[in-house]
Amino acid sequence: MAKRQRLHSLPGPEDIFRAALSNGVVLLARANFNSPSVSVSGYLPAGSIFESDDKLGLADFVSSCLMRGTRTRSFDSIYNELESVGASLGFDSNVHNVNFGGRSLVEDFPLLLTLLSDALRTPTFPKKEMETLRTHMLTSLSLREQNTSDMAALAFDRILFEGHPYSRPTDGYIETVRSITRKDMFEFHSRYFGPKGMVVAVVGAVEPQKAAEMLEKVIGGWRVPGQVPPPAAAPSPKPIRKTVRHHHSMPDKFQSDLVMGTLGPSRKDPEYFAASLGNSILGQFGMMGRIGDAVREKSGLAYYASSSLNSGAGPGSWEVSAGVNPANLERAIELIQKELRRFVKNGVTAEELAENQTNYIGRLPLSLESNSGVAGALLNIERFDLGLDYYQRYEAIVREVTRADILETARKYIDPERLVISTAGP
Amino acid sequence: MEEKITQVKLKNGMKVLLKEAHTAPIISSWLWYRVGSRDEPTGKTGISHWTEHMLFKGTKKFPAKVLDKAISRDGGRWNAATSRDATHYYETMPADKFDLALQLEADRMKNSAFDARDVASERTVIISEREGSENEPLFQLTEAVQQTAFRVHPYRHEVIGDKADLLAITRDDLYEHYRRYYVPNNAVLSVAGDFDSKPMLNRIRELFGPIPKGPTPPRLTRPEPEQKGEARFTIEGGGETVFIQAAYRYPSATHPDFFPLQIFDSILGGTSGLSIKTSRLYRALVDKNYAIEVSGWAEPTIDPYLYRITLIKHPRRAVEEVVAAMDAEIKKLQDAPPPEDELKRAVKQARAVFVYGNENITSQAFWMGYAEMFASCAWYTTYLDNLAKVTPQDVQRVARQYFQPSSRVIGVYQPKGREA
Repeated sequence: MAKRQRLHSLPGPEDIFRAALSNGVVLLARANFNSPSVSVSGYLPAGSIFESDDKLGLADFVSSCLMRGTRTRSFDSIYNELESVGASLGFDSNVHNVNFGGRSLVEDFPLLLTLLSDALRTPTFPKKEMETLRTHMLTSLSLREQNTSDMAALAFDRILFEGHPYSRPTDGYIETVRSITRKDMFEFHSRYFGPKGMVVAVVGAVEPQKAAEMLEKVIGGWRVPGQVPPPAAAPSPKPIRKTVRHHHSMPDKFQSDLVMGTLGPSRKDPEYFAASLGNSILGQFGMMGRIGDAVREKSGLAYYASSSLNSGAGPGSWEVSAGVNPANLERAIELIQKELRRFVKNGVTAEELAENQTNYIGRLPLSLESNSGVAGALLNIERFDLGLDYYQRYEAIVREVTRADILETARKYIDPERLVISTAGP
Repeated sequence: MEEKITQVKLKNGMKVLLKEAHTAPIISSWLWYRVGSRDEPTGKTGISHWTEHMLFKGTKKFPAKVLDKAISRDGGRWNAATSRDATHYYETMPADKFDLALQLEADRMKNSAFDARDVASERTVIISEREGSENEPLFQLTEAVQQTAFRVHPYRHEVIGDKADLLAITRDDLYEHYRRYYVPNNAVLSVAGDFDSKPMLNRIRELFGPIPKGPTPPRLTRPEPEQKGEARFTIEGGGETVFIQAAYRYPSATHPDFFPLQIFDSILGGTSGLSIKTSRLYRALVDKNYAIEVSGWAEPTIDPYLYRITLIKHPRRAVEEVVAAMDAEIKKLQDAPPPEDELKRAVKQARAVFVYGNENITSQAFWMGYAEMFASCAWYTTYLDNLAKVTPQDVQRVARQYFQPSSRVIGVYQPKGREA
């Protein structure tokens, strides 16, 4: 038996393959022969940012309909081919992109690529399938209305990002999803789907050069001369002038959900790492950081109470969420606000920073355990211009962050007296 | 299975399973205790899960504050969970930091403090966890189906426990439960990753060996009597969506019918871990607009448990129509054995899911130990071989034997004020 490959080194320029197909699609690939499987993931810029307000949910509808029928295959034959060999492929969308991901045993990888190409290039949006999907989407929307954390988050985004595309839910509303026509679907697909801006990552038991040849064969010939590029950066969201409270009443529920917070940096902002490490200390590290300690461990108020930093291509959000008994809602909000005040007043301790830095550095290989984990890491490199040596520079980047950086960043973004506080529950 | 699994029993009765996997600089360890919600008598429901929470509250050597951060500081991932048959604690760590995981687990097997103040604050945390679940219609329905399916067997109650018991359980109840079940002879440690077995085993002996053996705790056994006819009920709640759950009796994981039933499940409801759009139920119910979603699900258990089919009803159909369409699909598998091709496909799907799982060291360590909790490690290593042995006639036979309306429960979640 051949000696198994040891992937002890982090991905870097020596083993990440990057190439552009003849139509501009960017491929990133890395071989892993430890397991006879392959993961493919990627994205193209055809997200909900292109939707008009009265057609919210269109990008989502289009992406979930891609595998419901193509020029050469019916919905049933697509899934029959995939599922017969234990492979999977799926699409979804967010504000900026349509994303896809799939995996198969290595012997079925050509099939996976063919189906990917088919779904992206020649969907037919069959009428019957569209109506089936529409009913599914409407059911999801009515379930969303019954979900306390979804409803709290929905209102939070609407208020925090007022006037910005991030204020809109990518799954739309019942009336907008009802109004989407088959013509809308075809139009959206023909205008925004194309090779420009598309990125694919392939990780697994295939030589990268071979992956490039295979991909060129199935998708290199895709040309869409009129493909509409993404809009220039949207205007910055308005700063919050005073604390805004919003409550969505759901009398049938037993627990209330709470989302409170403010704007955060984008992934490309220079203070991203200071914010990320600061956030980890605030509401992630150990048992959900300082917030978890105050709300769960010391007060027993909630099963979960944590903070998150959502930083992508555009402006981010920095938010704390928790699920609490309705009687404890105000107390939980006060405790969280108190932690935020302490955070922006005193920052973090040297010990907190050091242990979070070692956490970030130590957990990196864990996030790269599976092929799909590595594929996601390669896509991040491309999406945020991190450089092929990013994961090898990662330790230095993390270690560079100082307590002063975190304090400055916390003060720049968080004003505990100016927050959006959104709650949903009884 | 390509990799060799080392199995050793320590002198104090603790079982150790080791699997070297030098594909990434990571080690994952899972410590399993043979105790779960099925060991809880009425009045103490939820005590196993609560005990699991208490093991995060610290020992003298690793006080809560330290414990909380020790694994995370080194970049490790850790958590715990309680199920019907078992409780587990896991850590996945960078290989060079792994020793800490062993130190911590050996220490908290014996030395957890169960401080009264921690018990008090955890009581409200767990009640909050339960209330969060109660917000979900599907949790309410699943819990009610279980209570209807089991009158005697403790599989009757949810792992989280009933609120009445969560309000009543005391610190001493918890501590006694801990002392009784957390003994090395009631534990299995499964470790996979980038290590050499010999020094790893020595280190495990060094840390766990001195923990004294205790009386082996008996499992709570109250066999469920045979069900005499179909049970149906409706619960009401908020929203607009109707959920239907049909539960059939399923044998234990070690029963010879388990594997034919796995193939049956794969053909009827789809293979777990993959999309299920060509499963028979999806085609018959979702494609034909009887349901918005459908899923079939069973879990391997020590005692006979349930196979559940869960549906979101299509808004334009009546509950009865949906159940009839489901029955018609099951009847097809009872009337005729499935084509050989469908069996082959199910086996290939299972093989693919296995391969994907083996990309990942955490999942390799998980499966070895998990299988020990309801069968043995060999159950996992021979799983694919046993699936391949199933014949179409086996599938037809188990379809007839296990999927009769007279031994099922059908529960419906009905939005208040709306007609069925």
